[in-house]
Amino acid sequence: MNLMFSSGPSLPNRLVLSLLLSVALILFDHKLDGFGTTRVYLNSLVSPLQYLANLPGQMLNASASRFVSHERLFNDNAKLTHDAIVMNGQLQRLIFLQQENDRLRSLLNSPVQDNTRKIVAELMAVDNNPYSHQIVINKGAINSVFEGQPVLDDKGIVGQIMQVSSTNSRVLLIADVTHAIPVRVARNNVRLIASGSGSLDELLIQHVAHSSDLKIGDILLSSGLGNIFPEGYPVATIISIVRDESRPFSQVRAKPIAQLDRLKYLLLLWSERSSEDKQAKEEMVPK
Amino acid sequence: MSLRNYSIALSIVIALVLQIMPMPAIADLYRPDWVLLVLSYWALALPNRVNIGVAFFTGLILDILLGTSMGVHSFAMCLCIYVLAANHKRLRNYSVWQQSIIIGIITALYNLVIFWVQHLITDIYFLLDYLWPVLSSMVIWPWLFWLLRKIRRQLRLN
Repeated sequence: MNLMFSSGPSLPNRLVLSLLLSVALILFDHKLDGFGTTRVYLNSLVSPLQYLANLPGQMLNASASRFVSHERLFNDNAKLTHDAIVMNGQLQRLIFLQQENDRLRSLLNSPVQDNTRKIVAELMAVDNNPYSHQIVINKGAINSVFEGQPVLDDKGIVGQIMQVSSTNSRVLLIADVTHAIPVRVARNNVRLIASGSGSLDELLIQHVAHSSDLKIGDILLSSGLGNIFPEGYPVATIISIVRDESRPFSQVRAKPIAQLDRLKYLLLLWSERSSEDKQAKEEMVPK
Repeated sequence: MSLRNYSIALSIVIALVLQIMPMPAIADLYRPDWVLLVLSYWALALPNRVNIGVAFFTGLILDILLGTSMGVHSFAMCLCIYVLAANHKRLRNYSVWQQSIIIGIITALYNLVIFWVQHLITDIYFLLDYLWPVLSSMVIWPWLFWLLRKIRRQLRLN
């Protein structure tokens, strides 16, 4: 018969050792944020598992796209061409407006808004960790994705990059309880902070005075404060306001404009300022 | 034979893949804790090969895969595998259905410990939905037990 432990410490000792080690790791990771760059390597190390887990879904998608009917492709093509023409029409106007806006801003001596570079990323996996809302996308450090980078979908802001690995990265959604985003009301520029509620279709607006001018249906845009999210992208619409005078603040809930539960293609943004910042930082830090 | 040497590791890798595989939102709620189940089987059947050390490292990999703080899953995993490995002689003699109740309790402990640790480091609140994996793990245990026992006997692992 095999002895249970032919060598090494006994079972309770092993337990105490590994629990202590776990607690030390939690404290080191969470409180001190000690795994900064190591996380990149660790994430890259386990990314084969993620690709493996993603394989069945990809195969389903591939076979589904193989069996699309000719007629449907034809219709899609017609619709997309139509959309492209309409959008190009709007874009012409946008270029003109942007130039005009830049000119007016320079007349007012305020800084001109900078251009942004975008790439499209695809959703790889949604985390099944019920306590946080994160997704994994298929762009990583080799596409020069960086931590804290804003992520959008075609409707609005989705979240920000939380961890980067070499070929994929992890996005923290705006609905996560640990996330908050500075916003302003599109109608009257009231500045607010929208924090995640833990449920995908709700954001909580905190510290709203009873007297502040908010209405149901107001659109909240990112305010650009905090220097993570660029200014002016839609974040959420207000869905309920409870003005209970016995409480210090009114309770305001908002619904994210991006459809956080059915993400597929996402946009990653690089503002020129952030890349300049990065260069400046790299120049300052001696290698 | 190579398969014989790697079969335990391979089963854990498959469990990890199943644990992170993307699923529709409705099915996602009921996803059993695959990794815990597979480790539980090996801790009951071969506690000399799979016990707290393996549980610790598997937990760390799970932490990296799920993006939680390092150590959260390994903490819960070690605790649960300790309970099973310490009582493996008694639990082995139970029928599969009794075992599945024990597994339900262990899974509940696992999920609650993870919740408590996460609650300490971030301010999440509890939803009863978090306990659905307990039920699905209990249902899946007899089938997994049968499958892994077949593999163990076929390959004569000890």
